[in-house]
Amino acid sequence: MGAKMIPLSLIQSTAETLMDKAAIEIPQDYLDGLQEAARTEDGDLSSFVLKAMLENYEAAKEDRRAMCGDTGVPRWFVKLGNEAQVEGGMVALEAALRRATANATNGVPLRPNRVHPLWRTDHDNNVGIGAPEIEYGFEPEGAWIDLITVHKGGLFGTDYRMLFPSDGIEGIKRFYLDSLMAFGKRGLACQPAIIGIGLGGSKDICMTLGKRASTLRVVGSRNSDPEIAKMEDEFKELGNSIGMGAMGFVGKNMVIDCNIEVGYCHTGGLPMSVHAFCLSSRRAVARIQADGRVEHRTDPDWFTPYQRRETVEWDTVKEAAE
Amino acid sequence: MAPREVRLSTTPTLEAIADLRLGDIVYLDGLMYTAREGVYMRALEDKANIPMELPGQSAANFHCSPAARINPDGSFDMGAVTATASFRFAKWLPEWMAKTGAKLIVGKGGMTSKDYKDYFVPNGAVYLSTVGYGTGALLGRGVERVEAVHWNEELGLAQAMWVIKCNRMGPFIVASDLQGNCLFERENAKIAGNVARVYEGTKPATLKRYGESDDRTDEVI
Repeated sequence: MGAKMIPLSLIQSTAETLMDKAAIEIPQDYLDGLQEAARTEDGDLSSFVLKAMLENYEAAKEDRRAMCGDTGVPRWFVKLGNEAQVEGGMVALEAALRRATANATNGVPLRPNRVHPLWRTDHDNNVGIGAPEIEYGFEPEGAWIDLITVHKGGLFGTDYRMLFPSDGIEGIKRFYLDSLMAFGKRGLACQPAIIGIGLGGSKDICMTLGKRASTLRVVGSRNSDPEIAKMEDEFKELGNSIGMGAMGFVGKNMVIDCNIEVGYCHTGGLPMSVHAFCLSSRRAVARIQADGRVEHRTDPDWFTPYQRRETVEWDTVKEAAE
Repeated sequence: MAPREVRLSTTPTLEAIADLRLGDIVYLDGLMYTAREGVYMRALEDKANIPMELPGQSAANFHCSPAARINPDGSFDMGAVTATASFRFAKWLPEWMAKTGAKLIVGKGGMTSKDYKDYFVPNGAVYLSTVGYGTGALLGRGVERVEAVHWNEELGLAQAMWVIKCNRMGPFIVASDLQGNCLFERENAKIAGNVARVYEGTKPATLKRYGESDDRTDEVI
């Protein structure tokens, strides 16, 4: 006998709640980071901006209204324990997530941001071709599913470049600074932000790694590789030493945290991407257990040892012993 | 020093506009309409009649798509409102200002001082930036009611022309003045002095890109 089926109605209702939470409630880890930034900021205009943002989060929660008028582009990350079973299968799950996205767009309300790239057709519900994106991950054990929604905003703050091994760390720093300078001016990146850096993978996966580094890791988390963790500290410091703060005004807080994720890449290359998860870092997570319990949280906890595995086989016994 | 706070009508007098200084914090009262690429193209390129009396009813153009819905009974619900980046609309603004008499362009990120000098100043207009840019909930509180939505059938909710009644709506920040000075360029100039030091030791990429600028003190818009 397999585990109990997770009912579709529970998936849809949980997803609708997540849409609402993501749009309205700033995650605690980002809020803590921004409060710390507000404490240290000494640029007078930057300070005013940070103070206004902190008031804005309160207003959003009190009024149950979206914290930002640009409510981003809703997307889903679904993680399944290896034993999880969904009523109707994955096609039914995808339909439920699309319904939840459409319902919440009208319900919260969110801004219907999604349009056809050429014809600019707007269904007024954030659903369309390829929208919302639904991506999957799996974990070796468990009959639960994690629903993670991220409503990342922004036309700005993201860039990709194919670097090479000869570019080295100083080339990586240069591209990082270039991205912050280009998108930080006039505050186009809506900083201070969680900066995600993707290193390696193929071109598309490099973008995916960086996007996930900014949106699926919390402020204060560190990469499990201690050398990369050191880079994260150093890059945070570097970004905050430009002298640019919120809205591109003189200030010392541009980067609330810097998260780096890596993937194996072509031996001749060193692809790099940079992403900025803005002042409205919208993410919400719920785990639905096979018995129907729903546990809400704000840490996607996406980058588990299994997601960062390096070897052919995954030996759960060995992992547990370590 | 804390910035100065000002209340301003969305049909402001010349004196009220002339009194604004870069970095002032502004709260708006009166009617304001949203107009961005969809509205500009329909009004200026397709020559559709603008469904409002401008600038009599409002001289404030908000570069914004609200998080809002139209209910089945025709009423409106508006949650949060936040601006979108304005520099993309520079190609339509001179004609728009001439046609509508807009005096307050409200948006994200501002324009260049060249834009300000070329057509803001001659039209007696200034630029107000939203703050953050994510103070959507605070701005939403300043919306007393939605007066009307125009062209939602043609343009969709995000591009429609929303007419909102502002009641101490803000904060906004004055990003240009009647001399054509630009707040963001002033701030960029202050930061520019530090750029060489931050870049020290980093090196340019091995493979070049055909690019637009290698001078980090340049404007990007």
